[in-house]
Amino acid sequence: MTEALLLNISLVILLLPLLGFTTLILLGKKIPGSHWIETFFMFLALCLSVYVGFGKLAFFTGVSLVKEATWIQLWNIPVLGNLQIDLGIKIDNLTAIMLFVVTLISFLVHIFSLEYMKGDSRFSRYYAYLGIFTFSMLGIVLTHNILMMYIAWELVGISSYLLIGFWFEKKSASDASKKAFLVNRVGDTGMFIGIMILFTNYHTFTFDTIYAQIAQGHLPFNSPAWLTAAGIMIFMGAVGKSAQFPLHVWLPDAMEGPTPVSALIHAATMVAAGVYLIARVFVMLTADAMLTIAIVGMVTSFIAATIALTQNDIKKVLAYSTVSQLGYMVMAMGVGAYQYAFFHLVTHAFFKACLFLGSGSVIYAMHHEQDLRKMGGLRKKMPITYAAFLISTLAISGVPFTSGFLSKDGILAGTYAFASLTGHWMIPAVAFLVALMTAFYMFRLVILTFHGTPRDQERHDHAHESPFVMAMPLVVLSVLSVFFWYGLNPANPSTGWFLDKWVKTPTSIVPQGQRFDFMKSEVKETASAEKTAAGSTEAVVHSEHYMHAMHQAHYPAMGLSIILGGLGILLAFSMYQWKKIDPDKLAEKLGPIYRFSLNKWYIDELYGATFIGGALALSRLLAWFDKYVVDGLVNGAASLTRGVSKLGGLFDTYVVDGLVNFTAYLSGFIGIFFRKFQTGKVQTYVVFVIFSVIILLFIFRPFGF
Amino acid sequence: MVQVGLTHFLVISAILFSLGIFGIVTRKNAVMVLMGLELILNSANINFVAFSRYGNFGLNGQVVALFVIVLAAAEAAIALAIVLNIYKTFATVNVDEIDKLKE
Amino acid sequence: MNIYDIVFYLFAAITLASAFVVVTARNIIYSAFSLLFTFFGIAGLYVLLGADFIAVVQLMVYVGGILVLILFGVMLTNKITSVQIKTGTLQVIPAILGTALMAGVLIKIFTGTNWHSQMAQYPTKTTAYALGHILLTDYVLIFELLGILLLIALIGAATIARKEEKAS
Repeated sequence: MTEALLLNISLVILLLPLLGFTTLILLGKKIPGSHWIETFFMFLALCLSVYVGFGKLAFFTGVSLVKEATWIQLWNIPVLGNLQIDLGIKIDNLTAIMLFVVTLISFLVHIFSLEYMKGDSRFSRYYAYLGIFTFSMLGIVLTHNILMMYIAWELVGISSYLLIGFWFEKKSASDASKKAFLVNRVGDTGMFIGIMILFTNYHTFTFDTIYAQIAQGHLPFNSPAWLTAAGIMIFMGAVGKSAQFPLHVWLPDAMEGPTPVSALIHAATMVAAGVYLIARVFVMLTADAMLTIAIVGMVTSFIAATIALTQNDIKKVLAYSTVSQLGYMVMAMGVGAYQYAFFHLVTHAFFKACLFLGSGSVIYAMHHEQDLRKMGGLRKKMPITYAAFLISTLAISGVPFTSGFLSKDGILAGTYAFASLTGHWMIPAVAFLVALMTAFYMFRLVILTFHGTPRDQERHDHAHESPFVMAMPLVVLSVLSVFFWYGLNPANPSTGWFLDKWVKTPTSIVPQGQRFDFMKSEVKETASAEKTAAGSTEAVVHSEHYMHAMHQAHYPAMGLSIILGGLGILLAFSMYQWKKIDPDKLAEKLGPIYRFSLNKWYIDELYGATFIGGALALSRLLAWFDKYVVDGLVNGAASLTRGVSKLGGLFDTYVVDGLVNFTAYLSGFIGIFFRKFQTGKVQTYVVFVIFSVIILLFIFRPFGF
Repeated sequence: MVQVGLTHFLVISAILFSLGIFGIVTRKNAVMVLMGLELILNSANINFVAFSRYGNFGLNGQVVALFVIVLAAAEAAIALAIVLNIYKTFATVNVDEIDKLKE
Repeated sequence: MNIYDIVFYLFAAITLASAFVVVTARNIIYSAFSLLFTFFGIAGLYVLLGADFIAVVQLMVYVGGILVLILFGVMLTNKITSVQIKTGTLQVIPAILGTALMAGVLIKIFTGTNWHSQMAQYPTKTTAYALGHILLTDYVLIFELLGILLLIALIGAATIARKEEKAS
């Protein structure tokens, strides 16, 4: 097993889904059962990425594998000078893990869709879209430069657009796809500006080259403020893609797409790409940028959690829970808990995909009914789905012995340690509150769906357990939500192999004084800079100070999170299972707050009133201006002109025409004379030209002969 | 006899140029006129290449010669298309009979 | 008189003689074929000037492309069976006068000028590499524009020469 082999296999993994896409788009309608081709390619990609992941994590744990080639090399471009753009792939531990996560979930979704999407009129096209999505997602994961990442970034955007609007006959679906696309553009524009700030200064898109230059003290425009700006601008891309406040509005609407798509794109992989992006640029984030990121994540997780409390659509609850969890990850990145953020990304990908596929299974069984108020009592009818759903719910609520417990706990401890070091106590307070709310609304979802008595008897009678191809992915994903895949100690993840061996916080390369104190490396500064320059970004940086705080934070945070999670679950049970507290009465009592949450904080309405309404009002104003002011001016000018022209007309008739007629006579006379030379034959003209040239040469004698 | 140098090539090109002009001026057939045109372009090309060789301008002259060849190809294609069109319209390609411009 | 000079005079003779035939032959087919020899001679001169790539391009584009095009033009615009293949001449006297004068003036200028001629340093093997390099760096814009021009010429030629659609 050599580096070259691993890199080549990764390229194959990257291109397999693209091959599937091309085949299906071109031949999908001609070959019956062509979706099997795509599914088979995904299976192949999954096997290969298991191989790559194993090879990388077992034999090349400490090094990054890079393979690059020059794509465009131009000299002497005006303004820019030399321009060299490299393409390449880089496999570090993050990439290896993400490869596995993406291909696994994608493969399971392919399998799941075999049954879920059966009979759809655009079945093969659906698989083609899944293929192009997987290709572009793998592109984001594998690339070693930010340009390719941006390209892949836009490609996942377009495939997400296509899949949200897959049932474009429905107006709500096509609207949702447009909304997702447009909102994402806002974030991507910011990201593009960030990329351009970096490119203008470093003339390269390659991450490692840029970082090496920053590490040597070469800042954009020689100012740390610009470095902060670049970090925040690139984070804008993550804000759009990962549905962070204030651009989170598209993700809940994106649930109009087919449910397996929601599981793949809008829960597990694409939205996590934003977090992955932050992980990629983590080393160049300044303290200010990190604080911004942490606060955005905090606000997002809080808002989304409060909205999720009251939603009645099974997919909407999950969507807001996704937004909330993404906020968690972003917040964790912001507070410097890099390892745990990435850890949560992976665990969340599995259990959230499981939840979405589970909801897909429920929706399928209920004949495309998504309203929680019409479900209930499905536990007996769908035991496998229920079990898988329950395990994932336990995981997301942070109950011990699940993967979610480990990662969530780490994030909470990270925020706690951050607060104890910097004094931002708001962040852990909100984080713990969100943990409570998460446990509550997730169990509300489970109870309303599976427990109690059926509220819609007719649909309930027709419900049945989903077939094998739909149940199998659920089982696989729920098994992956248990702790022992990530470490043997169910209480402390940092001793497990995932965090101990695989994912390490990289050395920050931001100049001292621009980063948090605790981000300082214990290793000597120069040594770490050289290491970064050499392409190895995997060094532990946290100071003893931070490790100490983290250690101290660990057990209090864990205890508190267990208590709060338990409290949330208890509350959910007492309200919906045992009916001790009547949720309707509570809603009435809390009237305005309840409605505020139910209506999603009126953010859509706010945007409708401000941005959309503003744009409309501005257009109306401009139209009015156009109609009265501009048109008035034009009309005034027209009548003025008419008056003037009448005057001019008189002048014309007598003075000008007289002159013109005279000129005409004169030219006619001259014309008769010169007409003799105008034979209409080209060659005569050539002769004239030659003689003229010779005469001119003799007159001017330019060469001195 | 003088060693062959820049002047020799220039003289060749001058004679070729004049022959081209002669062809253009005297021949009736439009295709023949085109051939004369090709001769002129070639004489210009010889100048470019010769100056590139003896003028110490690097390869710039040769590049321009290359461009001229490309232009000549484009010109020939268009011109012959026009000649064909003229033939269809007037049933002749003799340029002296095509003097519609006169009227 | 070394071998270089001999070869030069040989090619010059071929070029000029065949060019003379081109412009004087009564039969247009003769003209077209002697044009072949003219191009060939010029290619030889290019080789003598160290422009091997240009020489090859000359042979390929002119002899392979343009000349064939011209022959097609000849064939399509003359009824081969008729005797009309000969072409007339006109205004011979002023043309001879003019061109002789022109040639005289040009040769006077060329020989009379004191050229600071200096042999350029060319690559020893072939100029193709250096040409390609210069073409895609300094002249890349012109190169692209020429590509567009060729496309336009292609479309234009096809548009002009195609059969008129019956007006309906």
